[in-house]
Amino acid sequence: MAGREKRWRGLDRLEPADRSSRSTLVALVLTCATLITLDHVGGALDPARRLVGEVVGPAEDAANGVVAPFEAIPRWFHTKSGLEDRVEELEAQNAQLKQQVATTALDRNRLAEYDGLAGTATTLHHVLVPAHVIAYGPAQSFSQTVTIDAGTSSGIHADLTVLNNDGLVGRVLSATRTTATVVLLLDRHSVVGGRLGGSMEVGFLQGRGELSGGATLDLKLNDGAFVANEGDTAVTWGSEDGAPYIAGVPIGKVTAVYSSPRETSRRVEIKPFVDFTSLDLVGVAVPSGTRSDRGLVKPGKEATR
Amino acid sequence: MSLIRGFVAFLILLVAVVLQVTFFPHLAWHGVVPDLALLVVVAAGLTRGPQFAAILGFVGGLLLDLAPPADHYAGRWALALVVVGYVVGRLRVPGQGGRPEPVMVVAAAAAASFLGTSLFALTGLVLKDPVVSVPDMLQVILVALVWDVLLTPLLVPALMVLFRRTEPARVSLA
Repeated sequence: MAGREKRWRGLDRLEPADRSSRSTLVALVLTCATLITLDHVGGALDPARRLVGEVVGPAEDAANGVVAPFEAIPRWFHTKSGLEDRVEELEAQNAQLKQQVATTALDRNRLAEYDGLAGTATTLHHVLVPAHVIAYGPAQSFSQTVTIDAGTSSGIHADLTVLNNDGLVGRVLSATRTTATVVLLLDRHSVVGGRLGGSMEVGFLQGRGELSGGATLDLKLNDGAFVANEGDTAVTWGSEDGAPYIAGVPIGKVTAVYSSPRETSRRVEIKPFVDFTSLDLVGVAVPSGTRSDRGLVKPGKEATR
Repeated sequence: MSLIRGFVAFLILLVAVVLQVTFFPHLAWHGVVPDLALLVVVAAGLTRGPQFAAILGFVGGLLLDLAPPADHYAGRWALALVVVGYVVGRLRVPGQGGRPEPVMVVAAAAAASFLGTSLFALTGLVLKDPVVSVPDMLQVILVALVWDVLLTPLLVPALMVLFRRTEPARVSLA
């Protein structure tokens, strides 16, 4: 080809050169069309593609290896304000992630509480309004009450049973539109009709006005001659129409039995199942068909659990 | 001797193609990189005429079509660069020491870039290879044009000197 070119230039005849280049063009365009057709039909050019890839691929790899360090050069230069912005951004991100890590345990516990509450609703066959404890009454007032974040708009009114996934918490004393006050079992004025699970003996549980530490309840059995067993479980006895207490909610376990000769009944000490110092999610047992502005925890089918 | 010259030209194309897919993506604007292979063909066309440039365009285009990241039908870039090589070759200043004006070189590169990228896009449109809308295509074509015009003063004169040096007639006359 080079030889022919030399001849054309040497002779300086443009016409044949023109004709020759035109025929080259036609030939090349036709070749291209053929190639496109072959590739369009499929498969025929794969070996060629692979071959070129085998040769050019390593070349590209090597070139990239040479280029990469230079490509990094612009990253060495930063403005001070740019760096400050970056530090700020990363600090914010870090704080956010730290917060996420810190609240993971809380989220997990909340989920477990909701699961437990749903389970309780199923066991008791009762509809529950979920609520969170938002305030504890001070000990100076000598009464053990808490405020929950659900009120009449959620279908809560006075004299409803409040429980959580461990057992009985107390009853609703009064309710405003969005909050309700709950008397805990531990309050001195709280009296709950209870029954010992092992013997069906009935009695009354009274709070002792202590919240912290190993808060206990006193159970006074109606049958003075009966001796309760340690470890026996006390459940609610239940009232008419489920107010203020629905039946069958676990309250606590017998930890000690005292008999005093002066009184006709024996005093039984009950340790409640509920940890009153860390109350969070509670459920308020409402009659079925209650209208509520929040999702109710409804008893599921026993078989599905 | 002519084998070595051909090899040199092929090597230049290979370097252009490799740089086009390795180095320039770091500088890419909207993903569009300068068409180095096209600039090589332009330089060849302006110094060596239509036939040589068309053949060089065919080889370079085929490299672009077959080299690894390529996914389109083989022959599309080849077709575009063959036409570019031929057209730019026709613009060559006839005669022995004919050197094109610098403005002429830039204009030729711009025209070649527009022609080449458009042809490639058009074949894609006809073959429905990647389905791209025409406005998107025009944007890519224009960005490529700007890139090529920017790089022309840096690359094309040097390439033209190289091609002139390896021109058989000149070598034998000198």
